[in-house]
Amino acid sequence: MMTTYEQSVREMLAEVKDPEIDSVSVLDLGMIEKIIITDNAVQVEMLPTFMGCPALEIIKKNVETKVLELEWVEHAEVTFIYHPPWTSDRITAKGRERLKEFGIAPPPTQPGPDGEWHVDCPYCQSTYTTMDNIFGPTACRSILYCKHCKNPFEAMKPVSTIM
Amino acid sequence: MKSPQEVNADPAYKQALTELLYQLADDDFVLAFRGSEWLGLAPHIEEDVAFSSINQDTMGHAAMYYQLLEDLGEGKADDLAHGRKAFERKNAILLEEVNGPGHYLKEPYYDWAFAVVRHYFYAQAKKVKIDSLKNSSYEPLAQAAVKINMELYYHLLHWKTWFTQLASAKGEAPERMKKAVVKVCQDFAGVLTLGPKADEIAGFHLIEDENQLKQRWVNEMEKVFSPSGLQLPEVEMVRGDGRNGIHTTDLDTALETLSEVYRQDPAASW
Repeated sequence: MMTTYEQSVREMLAEVKDPEIDSVSVLDLGMIEKIIITDNAVQVEMLPTFMGCPALEIIKKNVETKVLELEWVEHAEVTFIYHPPWTSDRITAKGRERLKEFGIAPPPTQPGPDGEWHVDCPYCQSTYTTMDNIFGPTACRSILYCKHCKNPFEAMKPVSTIM
Repeated sequence: MKSPQEVNADPAYKQALTELLYQLADDDFVLAFRGSEWLGLAPHIEEDVAFSSINQDTMGHAAMYYQLLEDLGEGKADDLAHGRKAFERKNAILLEEVNGPGHYLKEPYYDWAFAVVRHYFYAQAKKVKIDSLKNSSYEPLAQAAVKINMELYYHLLHWKTWFTQLASAKGEAPERMKKAVVKVCQDFAGVLTLGPKADEIAGFHLIEDENQLKQRWVNEMEKVFSPSGLQLPEVEMVRGDGRNGIHTTDLDTALETLSEVYRQDPAASW
């Protein structure tokens, strides 16, 4: 049962965006695992997306600052935990839509049997796309090309525990 | 063992665990550094993007291991990464080796064949270790392994692709790859060993026995070597055991470069 206190923290978290994708919140990305409230202190347990991501420290600071804006909160602390691991299927339906609006294809939900995967173009929805580079400008993205609308685009890299 | 508190109550377990963590951390750390020296020099622009992403991930894995050491009271992660002297480092000698003659800023005559073979062999060895670490008796390490495995999947795929394509390409590539394989194998036993405390490390079920891990690595390599007609030489440890603190001057110069900013103000917050 979610308390109204926890609900108010969640509302604040919905306003903290990924510094590199400013339309998607940390909640939409599925990075929030647990909110622990003890009197005036809030502890947020978060799951790092990719370990070497330089945005993690910025996200941590932004979450703490935002939660402290609540009048009743005197201490806010973010801890990164590895269990459960963050996987790309934690991104919410809303998060997937927001990614598309930003020009990033959401991660495929079902990679093929040999690990191959396919996504549609986030601009024209064509399925006529090719993989250009499985690695991209940030740890969590790949670079693809749409042969229909002739635009290069990025996709969130799928990660799962079955790999 | 679930927590640092439990580990601290058992000195023998702690000694074996910290030994293993330093090996894992220092291996990833120094190879990620050597990889990052390739930035701007890779064969093509897409490889620059991929290689730097892999190095960033790998540095993140090292940071994760240093954090586990910090949690056990070994000191701050940043200090462990930047502040330790060469003789305190546990990384394999092969991983500290320069990319080739020259300097990354000036006349870098780096060898891409050596880079591909070193990184491919290492990624496969890391995969074998990570799979075993998923069942480590130290729970926080087992959880870290699950996380690392998801990123390592892409690294291994990448280097295996480069390896098989260059080994069967036309022109000078196969010959250069053969040379690089011989060179890397001379010291690759240093990557596969768990060092002087190997028995304790396996005895506490932190990871499986080093001979088992080595055999698994050889089996995986044979799957790629046999069809290509390449010969996998016996792995050796010609230049000594880095797990024992034995290193080359290449590590001294690497540490000097990578810790330059840290040494200007070791107390600064990063």
